[in-house]
Amino acid sequence: MSSDQDHLKETETEARFEFKKEESSAFEAEKGLTEETIRVISEDKDEPEWMLERRLRALKQFRQMPMPDDWPGAPDLSEVDVDEIVPYIRPDIETRGGAENWEDLPDEIQDTFDKLGIPEAEKNALSGVGAQYESEIVYQNMQEQWEEKGVIFCDMDQAVQEHEEILKEHFMTKNVPASDNKFAALHGAIWSGGSFVYVPENVTVQMPVQAYFRMNSDGMGQFEHTLIVAEENSEVHYIEGCSAPKYSEFNLHSGGVEVFVGEGAHVQYSTVQNWSKNTYNLNTKRAIVEKDGTMEWVSGSMGSKATMLYPSSVLKGPGATDNHITIAFAGENQNIDTGAKVYHNAPNTKSTIESKSISKDGGRTNYRGLVHIADGAENSSTSVECDALMFDNESTSDTMPYMEIQESKVDVAHEATVGKIGDEDVFYLQSRGLDDDDAKQMIVAGFIEPITEELPIEYAVELNRLIELEMEGSLG
Amino acid sequence: MATLELNNLHAEVAEDGGETILRGVDLEVSSGEIHALMGPNGSGKSTTAKIIAGHPSYEVTDGEVLLHLDKDEFETDGVEIDDDLTWDLLDLEPNERAALGIFLAFQYPAEIEGVTMVNFLRTALNAKLEEREELFEDDEGEADAEEEDDAGYDTSPMEGDVDEGEVGVAEFQQLLQEKMELLDMDEKFAQRYLNAGFSGGEKKQNEVLQAAILEPSVAVLDEIDSGLDIDRLQDVANGINALREEVGTGVLQITHYQRILDYVEPDYVHIMLDGEIVKEGDADLAKQLEEKGYDWVREDVYETA
Repeated sequence: MSSDQDHLKETETEARFEFKKEESSAFEAEKGLTEETIRVISEDKDEPEWMLERRLRALKQFRQMPMPDDWPGAPDLSEVDVDEIVPYIRPDIETRGGAENWEDLPDEIQDTFDKLGIPEAEKNALSGVGAQYESEIVYQNMQEQWEEKGVIFCDMDQAVQEHEEILKEHFMTKNVPASDNKFAALHGAIWSGGSFVYVPENVTVQMPVQAYFRMNSDGMGQFEHTLIVAEENSEVHYIEGCSAPKYSEFNLHSGGVEVFVGEGAHVQYSTVQNWSKNTYNLNTKRAIVEKDGTMEWVSGSMGSKATMLYPSSVLKGPGATDNHITIAFAGENQNIDTGAKVYHNAPNTKSTIESKSISKDGGRTNYRGLVHIADGAENSSTSVECDALMFDNESTSDTMPYMEIQESKVDVAHEATVGKIGDEDVFYLQSRGLDDDDAKQMIVAGFIEPITEELPIEYAVELNRLIELEMEGSLG
Repeated sequence: MATLELNNLHAEVAEDGGETILRGVDLEVSSGEIHALMGPNGSGKSTTAKIIAGHPSYEVTDGEVLLHLDKDEFETDGVEIDDDLTWDLLDLEPNERAALGIFLAFQYPAEIEGVTMVNFLRTALNAKLEEREELFEDDEGEADAEEEDDAGYDTSPMEGDVDEGEVGVAEFQQLLQEKMELLDMDEKFAQRYLNAGFSGGEKKQNEVLQAAILEPSVAVLDEIDSGLDIDRLQDVANGINALREEVGTGVLQITHYQRILDYVEPDYVHIMLDGEIVKEGDADLAKQLEEKGYDWVREDVYETA
């Protein structure tokens, strides 16, 4: 990585940003990361001074922090050089904060989301949709009934402008500070786009709201930020979908998610990620759960070259509950390092973690998790179950479930299985008429069934089909 | 009419220095016939069954496994084939053999978690029908490979319709319900995961249910009677008899005991010793065997040999 100084010299001699005519970007930042780049991005977004300050502070922290490259079995991040990525691309759209009609979007972008099935899903099963293309939200809409009840679902940039007080208090402060880890710091410096969800007291948003993040350009980085604030006794289900086409250069996705679950509130955060095989997917997601609140994380991690993702819940109030469900799939040259973290900081808190991973063709999946039960968090319970399924002897799977239990009056259960797909099972299904590929797909679908049954039907179907796509061509 | 024909079948375990198990097995099973294949442990009965179905753990070193299908066998397939066909099963994948009408009821059926019976059975039936079509098309010389337009990652898996297959969900529900009633199975079975947590008897019942749905030309039943109590033995026997009577299935029943043969009377009995069929007869042979035991066969065979 070149030093700040070197890079500044470079940028002085060249145009600082370019207008890309091909594709549909209106504004594309120079490759790399400098204070200057960040000022330019912040200015392009008309951000208040405090946000710029937070960005610049995060940049400093990023420079100082070490790469997480000494973890056992962790993905190799040596290729990730932030000076080689384009951190910010604003697509060529007129409406800041996202259009309210798909028709108002350029054909190319509209077509992309059509192909991804988003407008269709919106009609049938969602309360609201946000769609991000490159670095910005291009579409944002929510059913009126929720707006009338005071629910906010908007683009993060717009939230910075219009809901400044909430943002000042909650944005990368007590939940995911930039100092959390190197990529949280990077995210804090150059974040762009994402969604802000606010649900007032006693409001239950019946159908899920969804955000879809699409990265379209080669060598870019996407750093969307999601902030969800669910007030007392409210309820919301947020779904995040992600994908990118395959390019030769590496792409970097480093999202940040902060969830505040108020007293007695219930938030479900579901993710189906399907990055291309050149994407490094390094996210920080955390929820703070107040008294009797419930946080549910459902994650399907497909695609990407390397993923590091450990959604965490801080059970702050007594009686708070956390449920984690994760599925990971790693094929050739992929290292999917996922897990869950739960901090039991109050009495009578409860967590359950269920993790399933599938690896094949030399892919690697890791479960890396932490359950911390603090002194005084009595009558708390945790149950961790990790199952790994391997297709062949070349694939690898490791389970690293760390437990830090400082309280004695607790109930801790842990179970882990690692197994290879059974030849006898495959033969049994083949003898009934399924070919080798279909037999294996059926076994995998059954393996993840406990998880897909928790998802809304559309997403269960999507997940199953993604796994089928992953498995096609490389089997049999 | 279908006939499964084993000629001089020799086989060994498929690994370096693998043990030789079959030493020249000859056997013919035709539609509507019931054969019992009996013999002591380790004589090669189960290996014979697995080789017929195409298990990858065994290597055939000599001999052949043929399936003759008379043209009346394709009547329901909607293809125009004017000749009887003979297939060399050893050239075919297990699922292709299944498509042609070979069924193996396993001695130890696999447990597949997370896959419901109804989903599995409908998928299997549709896969069989589809594969059968392809095999017959190939034979007609119209092997147009179906080029599926695979748009890859750029399209969403959410957009396409889920392929229902030839037999739709509603139609299949009906079929399944009928067959389950026939076998006196609780309808709750349909929603249970395939064999997962089934008792030994339930698994065997389930094997017969699968045969009833897939309607094979030849069914090989590997110790379908082990682990069954008397009531269930009767249900299973009813299922097997129904296969023969209603579907015209030829049955090769592998068993240690006379017991099930009281309910499913064999037309032919074959006794296997050390990888060969050494004695053949009708239902009386099984009764004789029950009285005198395998030592009698051994003495009889080796003295006259």
